Amino acid sequence: MPTVSMTVNGKTVSGEVEGRTLLSQFLREGLSLTGTHIGCDTAQCGACTVHVDGVAVKSCNMLALEADGAEVRTIEGMANPDGSLGVIQAAFQEHHGLQCGFCTPGMVMAAADLLAANSAPSEAEIRAHLDGNICRCTGYHNIVKSIQAAAAQLG
Amino acid sequence: MPKDHGIGASPKRREDVRFLTGNGQYTDDINIHGQSHVHFLRSDVAHGTIRSIDTSAAEAMPGVIRIFTSADFEGVGGVPCGWQVTDRFGEPMQEPKHPILAEGKVRYVGEIIVAVVAETLEQARDAAEAVVVDIDELPAVIDMKAALEDGATKVHDDLPGNLCFDWGFVEENRDAVDAAIKGAAHVTTLELRNNRLIANPMEPRVAIGDYNASNEEHTLYTTSQNPHVIRLLMGAFVLGIPEHKLRVVAPDVGGGFGTKIFHYAEEAFCTFAAKAVNRPVKWTSTRAEAFISDAHGRDHVTRIELALDKDGKFLAVRTDTYANMGAYLSTFAPSVPTWLHGTLMAGNYTTPLVYVNVKAVFTNTVPVDAYRGAGRPEATFQLERVIDKAARELGIDPIELRRRNFIKPDQFPYATPVALEYDTGNYDATMDKLVEIADIRGFGKRKAESAERGKLRGLGINCYIEACGIAPSNLVGQLGARAGLYESATVRVNATGSISVFTGSHSHGQGHETTFPQVVAEMLGIDESQVDIVHGDTSKIPMGMGTYGSRSIAVGGSAMVRATEKIIAKAKKIAAHLMEAGEEDVEFADGTFTVAGTDKSVAWGDVTLAAYVPHNYPLEDLEPGLEETAFYDPANFTYPAGAYACEVEVDPETGKVDVMSMTAVDDFGNVINPMIVDGQVHGGLAQGIGQALLEACVYDDDGQLLSGSYMDYAMPRADDLPSFTVDHSCQTPCTHNPLGVKGCGEAGAIGSPPSLVNAVVDALSEAGVTHIDMPLSPSRVWSAIQAAR
Repeated sequence: MPTVSMTVNGKTVSGEVEGRTLLSQFLREGLSLTGTHIGCDTAQCGACTVHVDGVAVKSCNMLALEADGAEVRTIEGMANPDGSLGVIQAAFQEHHGLQCGFCTPGMVMAAADLLAANSAPSEAEIRAHLDGNICRCTGYHNIVKSIQAAAAQLG
Repeated sequence: MPKDHGIGASPKRREDVRFLTGNGQYTDDINIHGQSHVHFLRSDVAHGTIRSIDTSAAEAMPGVIRIFTSADFEGVGGVPCGWQVTDRFGEPMQEPKHPILAEGKVRYVGEIIVAVVAETLEQARDAAEAVVVDIDELPAVIDMKAALEDGATKVHDDLPGNLCFDWGFVEENRDAVDAAIKGAAHVTTLELRNNRLIANPMEPRVAIGDYNASNEEHTLYTTSQNPHVIRLLMGAFVLGIPEHKLRVVAPDVGGGFGTKIFHYAEEAFCTFAAKAVNRPVKWTSTRAEAFISDAHGRDHVTRIELALDKDGKFLAVRTDTYANMGAYLSTFAPSVPTWLHGTLMAGNYTTPLVYVNVKAVFTNTVPVDAYRGAGRPEATFQLERVIDKAARELGIDPIELRRRNFIKPDQFPYATPVALEYDTGNYDATMDKLVEIADIRGFGKRKAESAERGKLRGLGINCYIEACGIAPSNLVGQLGARAGLYESATVRVNATGSISVFTGSHSHGQGHETTFPQVVAEMLGIDESQVDIVHGDTSKIPMGMGTYGSRSIAVGGSAMVRATEKIIAKAKKIAAHLMEAGEEDVEFADGTFTVAGTDKSVAWGDVTLAAYVPHNYPLEDLEPGLEETAFYDPANFTYPAGAYACEVEVDPETGKVDVMSMTAVDDFGNVINPMIVDGQVHGGLAQGIGQALLEACVYDDDGQLLSGSYMDYAMPRADDLPSFTVDHSCQTPCTHNPLGVKGCGEAGAIGSPPSLVNAVVDALSEAGVTHIDMPLSPSRVWSAIQAAR
């Protein structure tokens, strides 16, 4: 089996994978980074969203081998260095932007992607950006509020 | 000032930290040393006779451990149904066997035929491709009315036909209702469909079976809303494993919405197979499998008639419903269109006569069972739609017509003609609040503004009532439940005063880890951080009926209150001894025991320490330790109720509906954590709007599921929905549980579909449209506009 190497949350990792192994599988099964969730099989739900070289990617839609040499960031890499919640994570807690928590890692990664490109998104822009992330619990109301609050804090 | 702790405060959720950092532990995150993986080969035809299954080539494939067919399950019970309905002639419902793996026939697309257990999931999938199943395809029965015609293909050859039961309620009222309708000044009739839905919690189902041969103990890790119920059903009725040898664990669960209540074949398979292969066996559903194996919801076809007198007073309601059961009876399927539906047909009104007929029908589709609201959305939808239609026909304002018929505050407790006794409520108060915060009076101005942009604006109003906190065991037993519906709680006070609460309720998004400690901490006057919740593991918790039907705080919370009261009673005895006072003189407040009229006091921690280090302790009268268990069986259902308003804009050129606002005014009685209650309503609203506007589970005539992925089944997304306005300041506390709570989990999903459809019909009323079936897709709306021209 081929070997793949990448940087995940600042650490260099490598492992043997099959050609068909998805990046999401490699993260979950190869690296035990189970914060990245699998909610569908058609790249629709966004629960598996991670950042690859700074861009939000649905990791179920990318082969692990395609990420060879890439910088990958997952939900496990979103807290502050001291372990406290990062600004976006803290905003989700403050504004009750999560319930069952299953879509949450993807939502946080999608929100970070949005705020990196647009520091003051409107409600409509936030809703449009979340089009690829499905939440069944919150009705998105408090996710939108959380992202607005994070945007305000990040300036 | 809002409270900052205890009951009524909104502390931030403590479970969030692990979910936000990727440290939640969902079932699929569990991997057991030595585990194998199962892939299920499922039927790709809706109905057929299995002629042969050849697994020989697959068995030789790399990594294959064992391949199972129904032959391996001889002597094993089928998946049981937990509710028996008696039909209107006094006969029990038709109840087919629901095998773990298909026996002789397949009856829906998705039914498991073969299970391949292998070292890796990929190997199991590869080997499944090499299994040859020869099926003689038979005609499929999909449409319910066609299924009941003479000569229709039978889903189950050993049953008389496809009718599961013909239920009448209240059967004795049948003739009186007919007569009232015949003699009424006005009768409004509406035919409608309550669309079939798929619950779609974001976490697909997972089951891991594990077996320890040295002590003959089975463990099942599963995505369940009620692990004890799974232990009971699977242990007693399927696999014959006594409770003390079967542990069921439901760790972090990623949403349920009803579909994770039920006991599924995959759970029994993994438990069974783990012993058979002497290896842990893991199954993780793909989303594609979820669409064809999770129980579906709703799917009623209904004709409702509302009889009114000349003043608009409701005289009688008669409703005939066909309810789809799918191919087999899922765990609580028969209760949904009957006791969770017919009993709600009085709504918030004084209608004196109600008759409900339900024909439950087998079809070659996935089993149908409870989905958020379960029966109550179906009741509310038809009732509130027909009232709206009547208002339009009679030229009465829809709010005024409802007010004329409301049960008034001084009429509680109110016995309905459909067997419920509402304990409390104030429907005018919720309507008043709705009129205020939804700015109903400003609608005309907004409608004119929309018209300037070429859009048709509509306003829809409705009320709802639901029966939650299910419910007294002796009552549900009479109604056919094969289980009790109490809840248990154990409050374990540790030596230093910290507390673990073991609850039979299960949190899969509801935030119990935060709200339950708010209650216990307030009762004891200690800091919430001193209280933790333990849930989701049958080896730790005495018993549990689980979380569904908005019952956790009303029933599970009440059990916790009762156990905490026992703790206080015992702690007072210990404190009395420590203070050398009479027990009757001891008072307890803010975490301190005092003796009335003296300066004597002992702190909570002194008492708890004495309980475990009983050097100075009334050992002759009192056992050491401080741990109490309570089982709470409610005296009645709880009755949340409310009034909702929705405004839509319809584009007459395309039929597209935009939801401009959704306002929910709910009376939940007392509220423990307003932030979490708001969130529960938001989520319910989104699912209700999803049902009304977007979601449809569609089968073709051959029984193929056309809406079998997120490419085809329209889940509500962020840009489909508005921000919501929710209010729960109208509070009539429940009169029969200690917290005065009613439950809030399902309200949004029950209350919102009729208001949205009423709004669209309002927008199109001038065009002559009187009804459109859900979901109100652009093509349906556009077609309705064209048809009305």
